[in-house]
Order: sequence, then C-alpha cells, then structure tokens
Amino acid sequence: MSNKEDLALMAHLMRRAGFGATWEELEALVDKGYDAVVDELVDPPADRHGGKAELLIRYYPGCLLPGGNPVMGQANWLYNMVSTDKPLEEKMALFWHHVFATGNSKLDNCDQMLTQIQMFRELGMGNYQELILELSKNPAMIYWLDNNENHRDAVNENWGRELLELFTMGVSNYTEVDVREASRAFTGWTITPKLPRQPYGRYPWRFEYREADHDFGEKTFLGQTGNFNGEDIIDIVVKEPATARFICRHLYNFFVADEPQVPAWTIEPARDEEALDNMCNVFEESNYEIREVLRFMLKSDFFKEARFQKIKSPAEVVASTMKMVGSYQFPDPGLARICREPGYMGQDILDPPSVEGWHTGSEWINSGSLLARINFVADSVNKTDLPGMQNIISRMKGEGITTPDELLEGCLDSMGFLALSDETREQLSTHANEGGNLDWSDEAAAAERIAEMMALVGATTEYQFA
Amino acid sequence: MTSTKKDPVIVVLQLTGGNDYMNTVIPYSDPLYYENRPNVGYKMEDIIKVDDNLGFMPAMGPIKEMYDQGKVAVIHGIGYPDSPRSHFRSMDIWHTCEPDKVGTEGWAGRVARELDPNKENVLTAINFGHGLPRALAVPGVPVAAISDLGTYGLLTGISDQDQRAKALDLFSRMYSPTVGGSFVTDYLRSTGTEAMIGADIVKVAPERYSSNVEYPSSAIAQHLRDIAQVYMADLGTRVFYTQHASFDTHAGEYAAHPALWKDISEGVSAFFEDLKEHNTGENVIMYLFSEFGRRVRDNGSGTDHGAAGVAFAIGDGVKGGMYGEYPSREAKDLEQGDLVPNYDFRGAYTTIVEDWFGMDATPIVNGNFEKMGYLK
Repeated sequence: MSNKEDLALMAHLMRRAGFGATWEELEALVDKGYDAVVDELVDPPADRHGGKAELLIRYYPGCLLPGGNPVMGQANWLYNMVSTDKPLEEKMALFWHHVFATGNSKLDNCDQMLTQIQMFRELGMGNYQELILELSKNPAMIYWLDNNENHRDAVNENWGRELLELFTMGVSNYTEVDVREASRAFTGWTITPKLPRQPYGRYPWRFEYREADHDFGEKTFLGQTGNFNGEDIIDIVVKEPATARFICRHLYNFFVADEPQVPAWTIEPARDEEALDNMCNVFEESNYEIREVLRFMLKSDFFKEARFQKIKSPAEVVASTMKMVGSYQFPDPGLARICREPGYMGQDILDPPSVEGWHTGSEWINSGSLLARINFVADSVNKTDLPGMQNIISRMKGEGITTPDELLEGCLDSMGFLALSDETREQLSTHANEGGNLDWSDEAAAAERIAEMMALVGATTEYQFA
Repeated sequence: MTSTKKDPVIVVLQLTGGNDYMNTVIPYSDPLYYENRPNVGYKMEDIIKVDDNLGFMPAMGPIKEMYDQGKVAVIHGIGYPDSPRSHFRSMDIWHTCEPDKVGTEGWAGRVARELDPNKENVLTAINFGHGLPRALAVPGVPVAAISDLGTYGLLTGISDQDQRAKALDLFSRMYSPTVGGSFVTDYLRSTGTEAMIGADIVKVAPERYSSNVEYPSSAIAQHLRDIAQVYMADLGTRVFYTQHASFDTHAGEYAAHPALWKDISEGVSAFFEDLKEHNTGENVIMYLFSEFGRRVRDNGSGTDHGAAGVAFAIGDGVKGGMYGEYPSREAKDLEQGDLVPNYDFRGAYTTIVEDWFGMDATPIVNGNFEKMGYLK
C-alpha cells in the first residue's frame, strides 16, 4: 500500500505534467519514486509511444487528415492527450499551442495544424533555439502570420512583430525599427505550393526559402548590424535575457501557478521571483534546453508546494475527466461530440481566439464556462458502465467502503486526491449522510450513489483547480 | 408604437482583429484611395455611394438601407494617440480606457455596475459567446456568458427532478459567499451563484419568443437572435455584448473582408427587423467598433495593423449621418503609414454613458472627453 501523501503528490505531478492518472497508475508510479518519474517524463524511454493512432484510424479515419473539418482535428488531438504514454510530451505540445497560438479559423486546414502540433511533440522539450527556428519554417505559422506575404519589396510585419512580442522577448524590449528589421530578415521565407483551394483541394504545404525574394540589405537589429537572415535574428533574440524570462514565466504560469495575464508582465512582478530567476538560470546555463528547465521545475519544492494553485484549462478538464472515467480505452463513439467540449468551456483547441492565445487562470471562468465544466464532469461520471468508473466502483467495493464519509473520501481519492475546504467537506458530508450507508447488495444503486457524489465533487470550487 | 417605455439598452458588437476602415467606409472620390489600394481596393462602380465623397463597401447594403432611414451614425477617425498596433494591447485599451497602463476594469462592466449597484439582477449584463471580454470584466459585477441560449443550465443531465433540486440546493450552499476566501475562490463562488440564478431566469426567453424574422445561419446572426430573445423577454438586461471575428486581414482581404461584413450587415438588419416586428426596440442602440483600422497602403493581398478606425451607432435612438472627419490620406499626414486618429474613442463612450444612460462618464471612461452628438 502506498502512502496517501505520496499518492497525492504523484497525482499533482501527473495533473500538471500530463492529463491526470488513475489510482492504479499512481500506485505504480509511486513505487518508481518521484524523481525517477520526473526523469522519465522529460526523457521518455524509447519504448513509450504517443497516442494509439491505429485505433483512432480504425474508428475515426477522418481524424488522420481532417482537412477543413476542425471537429475531426480536435478529436485527433484530444484522443492523443488521453491515450499517450508520453504525457509530458503531449502536455508540452499543448503548452506551445498556448504560446505559439495558431488557429484553424484562418488556416482552414487542420492537416497543417496537426503537423504543427506534431512538431511541438518532437521538439517541444528540446533546444529552444531549434524549436523557434523550426517554428519560423512551419507552414501553418507562416500562413497564420502572413510571412508568405512578406516580400523583399513589400514587407509584411506580422510574423516579425509577433516573434518579438509573443514568442520571445515580450513587449517593451524592442523598438518599431527592430520589428521592421526582423521582418526584412524573414523576407522570402514562404510556403509552397500556394495553390488555391478551389478546384484542387488542399495541398500539403512545405517550407520554401526563395532567395530572389529575400532582402539582402544591411539590417540593424537590437543594436547589432549585419546582413542578417532569419537564422541570425533568432540567434540574437534567443540569447536576450528578456527571452529567457518571458519563456520561463510562461512555463511557470502553465505548470506551477497562475500568473497575471501576459500584458501585465511588464508591470506586475512574478508570483515567485526567486523561482523564476532559478528557472532562467537553468535555461541559460543549459544553453536553452527546455527539458532541463522542466526537470528542475518539476523537482523543485516550489512546484511540489503549488498543489491546486492553478485553474484547470478546459483541455485539462476534458482530457483528465476522460482518463478518469476511461472513455479513451478505445475511441469513444462520442469522441466527435466530446472533443467540442473544451470549446464550450472557452478553449477551442487548434483554434485560439487570436495570436495571443488564451487568457488563463480565473479568466477561464465565467458563468457560461463554469456551467459547461460542471455539467461535463457530471455527465461523464454518470456513465457508470465505462471501464474507469467500473474500476472506481469495484475498488470502493473491495475496500468495503460503506459509511457516507467513507463514500465521500473514496470519491475524493478517485478524483486525484482532491483536497477540500472544511466548509465544502462538511456540506458534502451532510449531503452524503442524508443518503445513509452504501448498500452493496444492490450494486447498481451503489454505483449511482458513487456517480452522484462524484458529480457533486466535480461541481465544487476546489475541483476547478489543478 | 410600443406600450411601455423601457430603460435604455446597449448592444455592443465588437469587430475583432482590426477592421479595415478604408475598405468599410470608402473615400471613393479620393484618387489616393485607388493609388494606395491597387490590390485590395474596390472599383468606384462597386461602392455603395453615401454622399459625394464617401461610400460603403459592397457587402453593406442592409446597413445602407438603415442609414437611409436615418438610423446609422458613422463615427470617423476614431482611436487614440500612439497606437501600439498590437491586437492584444489595443483591444485592452478599448476595453479598459487605459492607454498608458494595464487596466483591470472594463467600461461596459462599469456601466452595468452603475445600472445595478446592488446586484439585484444577475442578468444586467450578458456576453453572447464564449468567455468574458475584458470590456465587461469588473470585480464584483455579475456577467452571464451565454454561448447558446437553447442549452443553458446547471446539472441539466440529472433527469430526476427531485434529485436535481437537492443537487442545486447543495450547489447553492457550496457557492454561497464566505469570509476570508482568496480572490479566486470568491470569484468562483460568486460566478457559480450567478450562473445558477441566471440560468434559472433566462430559460423563459426562448419559451416566450416567436418571430417571423429569419436570421442567417452565421455565428453573429445567431448571437443577435439570442440577444433579441432575451431582450424581448424583459429580463432587465441592459448591456448586451457580442463579437465577430476575425478582421485581421493581413492577407486574402479581398475575399475575407466582404464575407465578414455580409455576416454583420445581414445579422444586424435581421435583429432590428425582429425588434420592429415586435413593436419594440426604441430603447436599444447598437455600437460597433474595432481595436484599430489598417494601414493606408495595401501589402499586396491584405493590409497591416494601423491606427485610426471607424465606429458605428445604430438604432431608433440614433441621429443618423456622418460624424467627425475622415483623416487625411495625404502621405505627409500619415504616421508610420497609418491614418491618424482625430477623435478619441472615449468621447464616443462618453456620449453613450451620458446621453443614453444619463450617468457621469468621467469615472467610467477615466477622464473627460469630447462628446459627439450622434444620439437623439
């Protein structure tokens, strides 16, 4: 039997560095040891696989190349989130999707969006300079920020500006001239083929560097002058201390605890300046290896102590609930419906509202999204025949859970060892006691009691936090 | 005419992404327009002429009809000094009226707070769409967010009514206010409470509604239909908010921009027709804005982020016409290639706050700004 505190800490790690884990999975992980688990998360062993693509293709062939169908694209990614054996790799893909927010609303091409997400999986824990260079050659990004319209004789500043404002340094660290010069350096970085959708359909795009369309003139960028091309701009900007701070603050906000929204970062101090400084040091000393910052962060006390300090994103709510109730073991027949749920909660995956991505933290919550979150969890746990729910129910039966307070405790542990305020606990306990003891002689009725209690736990304010 | 005079109501329609002013209200008599827009400009004959100099882009036919009835005010050259040309930042400025620092309170949320200081109605302000725009975000001000009126409610999956009543009762106790909670927990609790009460009230709106007006299938038209339903159900909502996107036409503007304005024009027209059919709406104005206009010169297939833009006010309470001055397109008058704003957006808000709602605008828009007489 694992120690409950160890299980609760492991549940915390897996909520943040993945999309949650079942009780059985947590026990196996605790046996491995916390630090060893972190090492496997940041360096997944070669025999680990990502999402179980073969099952997805068998049940949802349209997910493989969804084209302009955003629902099939979202189904693809959501299924990967719940079925991967490399949870941190998948979580980092979501992280970079938050930061490098690219949207199907403009691309009308989910194939390219999924290609970008796959690139995040492959490079998302690697070297930051390599990642940002690959990003600037990523066809979805090029089209999203119009770099295919950035020409030697007609500069389009969209990519150049967002590279500095949203992907590296953050506002107030550069001038309008720097934006212009960076944009010039990326002229000729385009995509091919640029065939119109009609009547040919969607052609897969690839990166193309057109020398004839590149501005080879001298440029002055962040105080340095030279005949810069895009690679040089990236080389300069990655080494700026503002970049390390900006990326590490994003990591802190995503993995550790909610920060204010990005526009406030030039004004508001970080929630934990010391932690942020230490993360920046690791980032710079490792020559910008994302993996090393993650390893350091996840093993730090400031991370371990940050339990329930973050509002779950809608993708986390949906994926972790699916993992809990086990509706992922083979593609759920309702996958095409479920994958729209994050959107109802304010996070259309593959389609952020704009290049700035989503506002996080308490901004996930409004009366509409809160209703959607609570209703989704309630409807999910109500399906007591799903394998995850069956596991939870038979486990409670096996442990001889009978009294109303044991019922409540069993539900909290099954839902990630959730900690409640005294007040909420008392209210739920009173409600449980009104129903009396669990009667296992009527197993269906007992299952219903458990589902009801889990739905009510899912409706608490506490459950909104990761 | 209508039977009862109701309280003033506003519908804010946000054009997200930076609407291209010069391709919306077009200075068609100016050769500089055609010179600067070789690739994404309209031909003189396709433009809907409004007067001797200005015209609407071709997809705005339904707006032109309302304009001819004297119900549309066009507010020219709107913006603020030193546009940051960032969507993020500029939208924040329009929402919070804070151009120099990061604001936390939205102007429309402040209007809602003034309208209902004791939080007697959780439906005083409603956003139709996902999430909460910062324009409505004010700590302590309840704002409902309805993405689809037809499916709005809490724990709607519990079919046993007795059991659901007990669950909702427990929910209301779990979300009741506490002493000494954190900001986030307090916010969660008040949001949950408001959501439950609001859902309970608002479910009558579709039941009470029937109409012969057919709305188009676009997302914005559906939101406007939901707004019409809630408005006509008399639930006391005074601030309606919704948005349409994305006007960020760096490329492919010639195809995308008319499609967006077709959605807007048809949706807005259906909305006002619906109100008219029900002999109501004399207390409703709609206000349309975008976070900035776009660069004067096109970039080959679209336009980049600019500065000055255009806003519209529409409704029976509006004195139709052109307001303010179209900024000069002369190269010498541009800043970084952009039209220079000559009217502060906070003046347009001041007009609404003072002349429509009858409130002191200073604390809402953070200062004193020149009004524009576009309201009756």
